[in-house]
Amino acid sequence: MSRQGPSEKIRGSAGQRVKRSREVRMAEKFVGTPKKATTHVNQNENLIFEESSPGKKGYRLAQLDVPAVDASALLGDALRRDGLGMMPELSEIEIVRHFTRLSTWNYAIDLGMYPLGSCTMKYNPRINEAVARLEGLAEAHPYQPESLSQGALGIMKLLSDCLLEITGMDAITLQPAAGAQGELTGLLLVRAYQESKGRARKKILIPDSAHGTNPASAAICGYQVANLRSNALGMVDLAELERMVDEDVAAMMLTNPSTIGVFESEIHKIADILHAKGALLYMDGANMNALVGKTRPGDFGVDVMHLNLHKTFSTPHGGGGPGSGPVACKKILEPFLPQPTIRTNPDGSLGLEYNRPQSIGRVRAWYGNFGMFVRALAYILANGPDGLRQTTEDAVLNANYIRAKLEGVFDLPYKSPSLHEVVFSDRLQSQRKDGQPGVKTGDMGKRLIDYGFHAYTVSFPLVVPGAMMIEPTESESRDELDLLIDALRQIAREAEENPELVRTAPHTTRLQRLDETMAARKPVLRWKGPAAG
Amino acid sequence: MRYLPKSSADREAMLAEIGQPSIEALFESIPAEYRLTGDLRIPRQHSESEILDRFRAFGANLASGDAEELAAQPAAGQPVASFLGAGAYRHYRPAIIDSLVQRGEFLTSYTPYQPEIAQGTLQAMFEFQTMICELTGMEIANASMYDGSTGATESVLMACRVTGRQGAVVARTVHPEYREVLSTLTRHQEISITEVDYIAPGADQRDQTGRIDLAALDAAVTNETACVLLQSPNFFGVIEDVAAVAEIAHRKGALLIVSIAEAVSLGIVRAPVEADIISMEAQSFGVAVGYGGPYCGVIASKEQFLRQMPGRLVGETRDADGRRGYVLTLSTREQHIRREKATSNICTNQALVAMMVTIFLTVYGKQGLRELAEQNLAKAAYLEAALRSAGGKRLFTAPHFHEFALTTAESAEELNARLLEQRIVGGLDLARWYPELGANVTLWCATELTTRAQMDAAAALLYVPAGAGARESDVTFQQTLTGAR
Repeated sequence: MSRQGPSEKIRGSAGQRVKRSREVRMAEKFVGTPKKATTHVNQNENLIFEESSPGKKGYRLAQLDVPAVDASALLGDALRRDGLGMMPELSEIEIVRHFTRLSTWNYAIDLGMYPLGSCTMKYNPRINEAVARLEGLAEAHPYQPESLSQGALGIMKLLSDCLLEITGMDAITLQPAAGAQGELTGLLLVRAYQESKGRARKKILIPDSAHGTNPASAAICGYQVANLRSNALGMVDLAELERMVDEDVAAMMLTNPSTIGVFESEIHKIADILHAKGALLYMDGANMNALVGKTRPGDFGVDVMHLNLHKTFSTPHGGGGPGSGPVACKKILEPFLPQPTIRTNPDGSLGLEYNRPQSIGRVRAWYGNFGMFVRALAYILANGPDGLRQTTEDAVLNANYIRAKLEGVFDLPYKSPSLHEVVFSDRLQSQRKDGQPGVKTGDMGKRLIDYGFHAYTVSFPLVVPGAMMIEPTESESRDELDLLIDALRQIAREAEENPELVRTAPHTTRLQRLDETMAARKPVLRWKGPAAG
Repeated sequence: MRYLPKSSADREAMLAEIGQPSIEALFESIPAEYRLTGDLRIPRQHSESEILDRFRAFGANLASGDAEELAAQPAAGQPVASFLGAGAYRHYRPAIIDSLVQRGEFLTSYTPYQPEIAQGTLQAMFEFQTMICELTGMEIANASMYDGSTGATESVLMACRVTGRQGAVVARTVHPEYREVLSTLTRHQEISITEVDYIAPGADQRDQTGRIDLAALDAAVTNETACVLLQSPNFFGVIEDVAAVAEIAHRKGALLIVSIAEAVSLGIVRAPVEADIISMEAQSFGVAVGYGGPYCGVIASKEQFLRQMPGRLVGETRDADGRRGYVLTLSTREQHIRREKATSNICTNQALVAMMVTIFLTVYGKQGLRELAEQNLAKAAYLEAALRSAGGKRLFTAPHFHEFALTTAESAEELNARLLEQRIVGGLDLARWYPELGANVTLWCATELTTRAQMDAAAALLYVPAGAGARESDVTFQQTLTGAR
């Protein structure tokens, strides 16, 4: 039933179902002219289970060089498994086609720009993939003797040294599996530090513009969350901060530049206010792509921060992971870092140090997402100091170029200087002067898909109603930026002239807008056989 | 810089167009005193070939990653055999896995928040969830967790939410590093953790099964216990009596969580269907050992616990034209909406690694998973027989999958040092986490990739004839390997 005929049925303007040619349909779908996108045929494909048929094989095991065993005799019938249910049976070519066809239904950086704010969707270099798969690294066992792990430890050591230099911090752990786990690890360090000073304290201050993982991480660390309002410039309100910081505040979690892409120009005062009361400054490094090579958090008063290797350091997002969230800190927090840490032995060899009595313990098995360390280090080597600085400069230039070209077309709620991202709002489009229903940020984001782009970040940060958050990264040429700017201008025009077209977007995708309410109301989370399929 | 798609002229033109005098002007919001004026002290810009040379040197075990040093001592290299498992297992990875997951459409896509242009990832995740349900016998599964250690912790937190209780009883035979993670991540949530021992050597008049001590478990589980966390096969490779443990847990109203560290076992070992929640490390299904990560955790459970399930879920739905499609669903459970009331701070999952798992499971499929597990069982049986005939003693009596604890005449340290001279990595020294077992106990693993020649070689080195001077085992080892290749 997921296969469609050559001429699909679409709903006409009066609601009746009519057949139309592809050309007519494309012409109806735009007020303007999309320059980047065109119609693109991709193939239908059922679920893998629906393609399966008994007796097919996609594998052949090596010839067994030891005697076969009787599983029933070894395990006993009570422990032995009978069958493998509906697991699929296909040949290799069918499997390759299945996943290749699925892949063509995805948008990806390799196809074009992802203007997602605070996500840093930059180019993922292919040499990173090649070196991560070198046999000596991909096959290294985490429990192999240290004498066999010198190369793997050498990578972790060099990456650590580079990240410390980039952040201006003193010590680091690579163990956290992702950014959110990095946040939690950082707060555990804060808590251990405060406990070592006498008491854990009670609260973590978090600006209202912060990502939702910040308060969630604080809660899991046993802290109450105190929300800090931003001022009219979208920055931390120093008077409000001074009022809120007391002996119960363990730390403040600050994203810098903030989620509206603005550098906290009074960052040193923020640090001073916190430090005067014994509280620490935690920096969410989600937006580090605006700073690398230009300034260092360790120099402007940050005590502990996490990095996202899958943002700033080019490891692939992979459709939602794996990530990696190293945590860097100042000397005062070093005793509490997760174990093991990397040690240089007297003979110059590297080792893993487990003897850390004040450590918070472990946040993940072994040493973290090692494969991501390899890729991040390859990226740093490919750039060098000059390349990293140029990268940051290009990312900031791109964001400012978009801002300058679209200001006025869309409302710009905060006029503060932008670094690597810019946040517009849908106010001009959602609140029409003629009183007609307008279009919202989510609709325009979906409409951007028709123009050949991924949507920007929709409705975040929460401090901006109807936020449209755009982060181009350094990976976009001027031509690609111009295409995006052109598309957004056309969408603004469509919002004025044919809002229904925008509200019902996307129109050129394989599937129309999907019913998320239905998915949540009666969840179907697995295939249940032909009857239900 | 080759990744940057701009010429100097482009930059100048763009600055001019937006009325900025210089790039530096764009950074003026950063106070001048904090702006860097010089270069970062990191290695210089490398060409692609230089990067490759450097990582080849790292891959050849040089801490410096220095290609010239590698050229000077090309002998440095990898072991000829390894018997390590303990939560990180070496299995064959079919070639199509890397060729498919390196398609840019999978590799370089974002989390599928815009489902109309992410159906490829979403459908594959739905297939992943279905396969995990089929393998574990559970009704629902999420779209992956960071790994087995964090998955086990999240399962305990989930059980606490489901039951409204705050205590976990944990088998000491759960992977030691999983237990360390559990301890770190639950420390500030007022969850009490009680560990229950296994039936060990020296326990009088009882069979030394290596399984959880059911009497001690019965005593430890109370009406305050949210869950029992068990691993099967456990850290010693021993398959637990899940039904008996479930009976004890359920009698007191606690949930049973079963952690599975070796997913390949599910091809031949009965799924722990008596569990309420299963937390699995799926690394064995097509994910490189890779010095410990990235791996692929996943949580499966009974459907009634859906609202407390952490992590992302993909659900089936229809589009505006009534066609079948997939979306991320039930995200109101997550931190996106609930902020400080969130039940979990998890944001990313392991989508691309879950894709590897899905492809692996499709390649092996219904017949291959059984055959693969049988080969693992056969190899481990051979290894055990070989090591026993060379003087080693199997420590525990309950059935195992492809790992087992072995007592040797020598200490683990001495034995492994001797094996390492022949570039063989022997069994894992268990004294690090189980000092009560003494210095002579190691954990051995064989998979379908372990060859008979490797096992014979290890057994030959294990055997120390009484009063032997020069050992003939060295000769045997060389001959065996030459003979095998």
